[in-house]
Parts: sequence; structure tokens; C-alpha cells
Amino acid sequence: MSISPEDIQKIAKLSHLQLEKDKTEKLGQDINNILSFVDQLQAADTSNIEPMAHPMDAEQILRADIVSEHDQREKLAKNAPAIEDGLFLVPRVIE
Amino acid sequence: MKWETVIGLEVHVQLATKSKIFSGSSTTFGAEPNTQANAVDLALPGTLPVPNEQAFRYATMFGLAIDAKINRRSVFERKNYFYPDLPKGYQTTQLDAPIVGSGIVQIQLSNGRTKDIRIHHAHLEEDAGKSLHEDYHGMSGIDLNRAGTPLIEIVSEPDMHTAEEAVEFAKALHSIVTSLGICDGQMSQGSMRFDVNISVRPEGSDTLGTRTETKNLNSFRFMERAIALEVERQIDLIEDGGRVIQETRLYDGEKDTARSMRSKEEANDYRYFPCPDLLPVVLDDSFIDAARAAMPELPKDRKNRFIDNLGLNDYDAGILAASAELSALFESANKVADNAKLCANWVIGELSARLNSDNVNLEDKGFTGDMLGLLVLRIKDGTVSSSGARRVFDILWEGEHADVDAIIETQGLKQVSDTGALEAIVDEVLASMTAQITQYREADDKKRKKLMGGFMGPLMKASKGQGNPKLFNEILQKKLNG
Repeated sequence: MSISPEDIQKIAKLSHLQLEKDKTEKLGQDINNILSFVDQLQAADTSNIEPMAHPMDAEQILRADIVSEHDQREKLAKNAPAIEDGLFLVPRVIE
Repeated sequence: MKWETVIGLEVHVQLATKSKIFSGSSTTFGAEPNTQANAVDLALPGTLPVPNEQAFRYATMFGLAIDAKINRRSVFERKNYFYPDLPKGYQTTQLDAPIVGSGIVQIQLSNGRTKDIRIHHAHLEEDAGKSLHEDYHGMSGIDLNRAGTPLIEIVSEPDMHTAEEAVEFAKALHSIVTSLGICDGQMSQGSMRFDVNISVRPEGSDTLGTRTETKNLNSFRFMERAIALEVERQIDLIEDGGRVIQETRLYDGEKDTARSMRSKEEANDYRYFPCPDLLPVVLDDSFIDAARAAMPELPKDRKNRFIDNLGLNDYDAGILAASAELSALFESANKVADNAKLCANWVIGELSARLNSDNVNLEDKGFTGDMLGLLVLRIKDGTVSSSGARRVFDILWEGEHADVDAIIETQGLKQVSDTGALEAIVDEVLASMTAQITQYREADDKKRKKLMGGFMGPLMKASKGQGNPKLFNEILQKKLNG
């Protein structure tokens, strides 16, 4: 499997990354190297093996349904560049 | 050409947990913006999710209620997309290993028939925050209180073919989750939201047409309208030589119109992958057994009980059983009145009509099953007529007075059942109606029945509406025929 410069641009767009044209080719080569390594892995027969969900062989611990965190708006707002009426302001998004 | 509509639903149900699915923030509706959003909900660097056990219990209860297989091992995935009300840049959800496998929900249709709708699966996921697009100096405001509220997304098979079937399916789900107590069912607050997938195909065809998805419908009425509009749009489009494009559409309930939101042609590529922050969740038999033991009565079981033990008909039992609240009121009324049919009539008729027309809920109204039970008891023992009872109901409903017997007394609604007194009234009225009596006596049986009404009116009037109509009728028959 190999990846085209158009694929690279599409992935960059989906990831909201700004990618200069001249970097596309170099990045494409890097990714294609990784993909050819993946091809080698794909050659292994895994037909009877359940896909692994997590590298650690352990089960998730669950917590009880208790409200343990209370209003921290003041504190958290200090990290935000713009706040109004308690809302975080971001560049306008409308679909 | 005749067309067949094919409808499938994706239903988002907010689970009624106290805290969020991956953090200890509160999920209460209506708090001040961002006062229920902590570092995890804001996706600050270094934070990690810890799943809420109750969300798994509730999802398990739903699965058991629809006879689905509960997957003992479920896995969370990241669904990647960018939107500011989703601060992590991905939604934590389930894809290949959802907690609830395939199941069945039975719906009841107006023609009296029932139909099984298959559930493909239901998975656990987190809700997003809210974006407010009012003018904040050309910017959008973000409230993350809702971010991380636990949801189950229920995905149906495309088994529905009319708006009625889709709405009945939505109502059946609403009834199940509210009866289980795993969702508050407040649709206007977004506790249940419906995405409707719609396509049309020539009748008899077995391939599916291109579908569109109308998103985020939050009332049964809007859902019905949105489906009608979309089916009409697709048929018109195809009959005019066009083709349906796979797209997401938004329905505007106020304007009763829909518009395209985004085309799926440049396919949203969500790049799912297993979430490395979360290990697989494994539920053991004791967890599932405990969830089963904690389940309240389901609507379908309640319906059967109403039919088998209380002798209600299928239709009445179905309507009552669908609502946990109405069922509870009906049962406490029946405990007082011991007349299931009459209690059911009042709950399904007068009471439901008032709840709808006043757009209120029972709890706020302070109307109890005991009040209705006593009222029905007074109809049953002849103290008050049905029309008098409606007047009593009005007064109870308005909350002016809560004592049924006192209302009957003060409003002069007590029915006169003393045969001597009634007979005197009949004699008096008949004395002035000799022409009608002659006409009656010359008529045949069929016509006589009709003519009876002409006597009942003046009798009720003469008794100021308080005469027992049944007794009046008996006395009248005796006098006229004898």
C-alpha cells in the first residue's frame, strides 16, 4: 500500500494541520516507509486472532456514580483567552 | 409509480446518572454555563477518563429490556472530528464491541396490529457540549456542561415504512427508558434526540434507495412532520428525473422546513481507533444479574398484567402501560375505586386530554390517584352523574379544592337517587307532555327509543341536573309503557 500526495493533503485537512506544499513529498516518503513496514506485519496470518484493544493485558476499573468535582469555572477560565457570560469564546463556527 | 418508504432510527438517550461518563462532574440540566465542566471535560492535557459504573448498569438494563445480548467485553474507540463543543477533538464511543447487541422492540399501531422493530445494537458514548451562535463579537460561545454526559445511542434496523411506525417506535423507546428509570425522558431538554434515516424505493424493489439523515429531532410531532416532508421531497425529486444525494439534513420545527446541512459525498472520515486511555470493560455475570434484579416492571409486562389481572382490553392496557406515571396513577385510583375499566377511561380520556392541552406534568399539578379513585367511586355508587363528575374533575384539576365529597356537596352535584322524589318529578313533567305521550305510545319500538330523549331533557332540567338518569329512565319506561 502506498499513499499519494493528495491523500497526505486530505489527512492534513482532516487533522486541521497546515502543511506546506514542499513538505508534502518528504512526508509522503516517510509515511510510505511506515506503511511498507505495516505491509510486512500484514503478511502474518492473524485470521484466528482477536484484534487487541489495548497493549496492556488488563481490565478497566470503573468508578461509582458520585459527583466528586464541583464548580471550577473561575479557575479554569484563567486558561481561556476569551470568556463572556461564562462561555468560552471561539472563532465563529456555523455549518 | 408507487413508492415505498424505508426508515431507520438512531436514538440518543441521555442516561440519568448523577455524574458524567468519564468524570466526576454533575450532569444536572440547566446550570450556569461551564459550572459543571472540569479539567477532564475540557480535555486539558494530562487528564484521563475513568468510566462511571452506573452508565454500564443502565446500558445493561436497556439491553436486557429489549432481549439483547449484553457484550461482556466492550471497547471504547475514538471518533475523530473537529468541532469546538468537542474539546478533545474526538468523541469517545464504541464501534466494533458495543455493550448492547441486537434486540427487539415491539410497537403497537393504530390499526390494532403490533410489529417487531429490530435493534441493530446500542452503544455507550459521551455527549458533546453546546455551541451558542448568538453574536459574541463575531465569535461563538461554548458551554461544556453537557460535554461528557453519558449517552446510549440506539441504532435500529431499517424496519419502519411509515411516519406512524417511526413515531410509535420512538414512543416505545421513550416508554422503556423512562419505565426503567435510566433516562428522565425530558425531550424538550434534549434527553432523547432522534436521527431519522429515510430513503424511498419503487414498491416491490428489494434494493435500498439513497438515504438522507435528518438530525436532532426532539419531539414526536417534529419527527412525524420531518419524515412527511423528506419522503415527499425525495419522491418529487426522483419523479422529476433527479437523484437523491446522501446528506445530513436539519429540520426547523418552527418554520416546518428542512435544509441540507452537509453533504456526505466528501465522506466524513472519522478515523476510528481503539482509545488508548481506556482498557476494555469487562462485565461479569454478577454485574448483569444484579442489573436484571434492579429492573422495574417493563411496559410490556405491565400491559399483560393489566389485561390478565384487571381485565382491561388490549388497547387501554397498552396506552396506560406505556407511561410509568399514568400507570402508577391508574393503579392507585383503582385501589380506591375498584373499577379498572372506569378508572382507565378517566385516565386515558379526561386526564390525558388535560395533560396534553395544559402541557403540564402530574407531579407539578399535584393531582393524585386517590382523588381520581374517590371520584370514580362516587360515580360507581351513584352519588354523582358522569357529567357532574366532569365538573368535580375540573375543580380538582384547577387545584381549588382537593376533597371530592366536599366539592360534590358545595357544588350541589349530588345525584338524586330517591325513587319517590324522582317519581314525583316524572309525574309532574309528564302531565305537561300529553301530546308527546300519545306520539310515543303510537310509535314502534325503534322509534320509541328515539323519542325517549325528548322526555329525558325536561326531566334533567326539572331536577336541576341532579336526577339519576338511569333511575329516571326506568321510571319513565314503566309509566309510558304501563
